[in-house]
Amino acid sequence: MRGLWTVTKRELRGYLTSPVAYVLVAVFLMVSGYFFYNLLWWFHTQSMAQSQNPYYVQQLNINRFVYEPFLQNVSVILLLIFPLLTMRLWAEEKRGKTDELLLTSPVSTASLVGGKFLGAIFILLTLILFLQVFTLFGFLYSRPEPVPLLLGYGGLFCMGLAFIAIGLFTSTLTENQMVAASLSFGILLLLWVLSWGAEGASPFLRELLTYLSFFEHYKDMPRGIFNIIDPVYYLSVTLFFLCLGRRVIESRRWR
Amino acid sequence: MIDVQNLSRFYGEKAAVKGVSFSVAPGVVWGFLGPNGAGKTTTMRMITGYIAPSEGSVRVAGFDVVSQSESVKERIGYLPETPPLYDEMTVGEYLGFAASLRGVKGKNLKSRVGYAMERTGLKGVAGSLIRNLSKGYRQRVGIAQALVHNPPVLILDEPTVGLDPAQIVEIRELIRSLKGEHTVILSTHILSEVTQVCDGAAIINEGTLYASGTLEEIEKCFSGPPGLYIESDPLPSPAELMRVEGISGVRREGAGLHVAFGDEEAGIKALNLWMRREERLLKEWRPIRLTLEEVYLRALSRERGVKE
Repeated sequence: MRGLWTVTKRELRGYLTSPVAYVLVAVFLMVSGYFFYNLLWWFHTQSMAQSQNPYYVQQLNINRFVYEPFLQNVSVILLLIFPLLTMRLWAEEKRGKTDELLLTSPVSTASLVGGKFLGAIFILLTLILFLQVFTLFGFLYSRPEPVPLLLGYGGLFCMGLAFIAIGLFTSTLTENQMVAASLSFGILLLLWVLSWGAEGASPFLRELLTYLSFFEHYKDMPRGIFNIIDPVYYLSVTLFFLCLGRRVIESRRWR
Repeated sequence: MIDVQNLSRFYGEKAAVKGVSFSVAPGVVWGFLGPNGAGKTTTMRMITGYIAPSEGSVRVAGFDVVSQSESVKERIGYLPETPPLYDEMTVGEYLGFAASLRGVKGKNLKSRVGYAMERTGLKGVAGSLIRNLSKGYRQRVGIAQALVHNPPVLILDEPTVGLDPAQIVEIRELIRSLKGEHTVILSTHILSEVTQVCDGAAIINEGTLYASGTLEEIEKCFSGPPGLYIESDPLPSPAELMRVEGISGVRREGAGLHVAFGDEEAGIKALNLWMRREERLLKEWRPIRLTLEEVYLRALSRERGVKE
């Protein structure tokens, strides 16, 4: 894995010196902030309205009515912005001809792909870190359950890994960043809506479509229910697309 | 140091390089000469391992480019046609990155970067963003990047293309100064670059090798049939000379004659004796040989040499 860290460091520098990452992080925070505000406001008015009714007050749970839908919403925002964050990963190298430097260095293709992947993970972690502002808010004014939150953010991280891997893969296919972003957006969207077609399908197909669907695996975690199958699904998607991306890069030597 | 055997590369049906073989001795500067689109870049990319050969093999310092690619890549510094630069990095950062990609570490890294910048005259711009550099400086950064890890082999693809005359001279001097320490292969479509900078060369056109060897070898190898150009006072007529033993052809050329021999040694001796006997005063007497320029031009027009 020689050269892995070198590539990662350069990748981080690439993010920090380009305006794209800053803009996308800002947009992400703006939109998720708006979602959070709305959910909180609804929760607040409900609590006020029902404050005379002890039964309802019992039912009002900040995890269930604020954080669970909030995390679901955030996962959709991530789906929208990750193609834009990952499109440059390899396409930019090809456009700038710097792939010739990378591929003639004594660094394995796996390290190159891994380094780029790690670089993008830092962005994902940054986003999740910023989200903790909203968590902190909850803890300051209420008493949310920490376990569903932990699982929720953990799940978000796993899902983000898969987003990055898919974006990295499509970025290896072309030197045009827009094409890379469009392709990864298409794949992500398709994986998201896959389960919608499960309704009328045969039992086997229904099972398959539901299993392959991105958001079916993000239903339980924000509720505090942990199924090992959910992270396994995200991680296997990640691994699959990373390997595919590596193959694409290697195959260019022979074409 | 570099051994290329029967190297071919196909893009689909089309062959970009066909059956090219040559070898380069350690410590020399070797030119790779050919017009644009001759297959120079493709060959260099195969030597560096950027693309794989369709047929044939390349060995660098004894390592095979395909099966031992990392050992080869460690030993090569490569300047592609377009210098592979990151615009948003400073020169110093970029060279540090290039060095650490090649496994240079810690204290060594700093000194290697310093050395490469000094060698290529980049000390003054170490902190400048690559984005803001002129074309000549970008090219220098490209060369610095290639030698930052002190590789025994340097592969430079058209290092002087697009530079102004003063910059070309500087870069050529730089390359000459690398001779001995490094084995250098440089590609160019300019003949004078080869004669000024290189010890040997390979001439390539349309993917096939036309000639390779030291500059003298190439010239000698393509000197055509053994012959002499003579001028004398008075000049013999071609018919007279044809009667001399060992002379196979005579033809007027300018103010003198071009004499061709069947048997060179015997012919020259006989001609010499005849001239003395007939009291012809020799004014000029020189072997006829193609200059490197002529060899190159022949390669371009795909006209085969008489003796290959």
